[in-house]
Amino acid sequence: MGLIQLGKPEKDGDLGVMTLSLEKVVNWARKGSLWPMTFGLACCAIEMIAAASSRYDIDRYGAGVFRASPRQSDLMIVAGTVCRRMAPVIRKIYDQMPEPKYVISMGSCATSGNIYDSYSVVQGVDRFIPVDIYVPGCPPTPEALFDGILKLQDQIMRKRVFTKQPEQVRV
Amino acid sequence: MEGVSLHHLAARIQSQFPEGFIKAKEWRGDLAVTVRREHLHEVCRFLHDDPAMDFDYMVHVSSVDWPDEEERFEVVYEVYSIRKRHRIRVKARVPEHDCEVDSMTDIWRGAEFMEREVFDMMGIRFRQHPDLRRILMPDEYHEGYPLRKDFPVQGKGWRDTFEFLNEGVG
Repeated sequence: MGLIQLGKPEKDGDLGVMTLSLEKVVNWARKGSLWPMTFGLACCAIEMIAAASSRYDIDRYGAGVFRASPRQSDLMIVAGTVCRRMAPVIRKIYDQMPEPKYVISMGSCATSGNIYDSYSVVQGVDRFIPVDIYVPGCPPTPEALFDGILKLQDQIMRKRVFTKQPEQVRV
Repeated sequence: MEGVSLHHLAARIQSQFPEGFIKAKEWRGDLAVTVRREHLHEVCRFLHDDPAMDFDYMVHVSSVDWPDEEERFEVVYEVYSIRKRHRIRVKARVPEHDCEVDSMTDIWRGAEFMEREVFDMMGIRFRQHPDLRRILMPDEYHEGYPLRKDFPVQGKGWRDTFEFLNEGVG
């Protein structure tokens, strides 16, 4: 990203000093160390697992430390069909995540309920938690998930850290 | 079917319970016996206890809704004999106004959860069941029985109400 250029300045006898906004550094640190929480609910989880394993290697984007606890994670990847009975659990887990926190809605089911227009399936997680990125697909390929993560990282770079942000709209 | 001899297990049931037996049908090796629901429990007891039958494994309990027929519901038990290696499907019709059959949990304990599922989805009650509660839907679910044919596919609003959002957490 051109933020940290180790090597060249030192070789040139430079002091290694750069001027840039602290906000950018914080955002850069945040986006480069996303700790996702496993939230596989259906077949999308298989693609998420594939994305995390050696062939695709989600760690290349700094988002490979999958946690099983909301307290240790800052990215929730909701992967799969959200049943209404699961909804309060998802909300509770979302509330337990420390700030700053992000949500990726992975796949058509989590985004809109997909073909499951039934009495038990929630028609999109965004009905009860705020979603940052929607990844379409049924299921999305690991590449599609990565595209979502990269877009989320772009979004994080644009966030304000030291000035007050507008209150997050509660759904 | 006429002209085709009855499956030997079905013939046995018919001779043992001439009043309870309604019909038997065999299709591609699957034997299904329909009995009167008043006799369902004793037929099952016989299937389990008789050494020639020896049905020791309760495979599956399900139910069917026939909305246009007089006796609307049908409870289906599928049992298997691990030693004899044969299986049988026992069906009993249940009318809507008296939606009850005897529970089979005293014969096959494994029927407990499956009967709860039938109760949850179709609203058929099981007499003498040790713990007849909903199993898939929450206990406080009050929209009815989702697998009935007159239940709207989208439900009656439960999937779109998120009462936990107003509890002031987070």
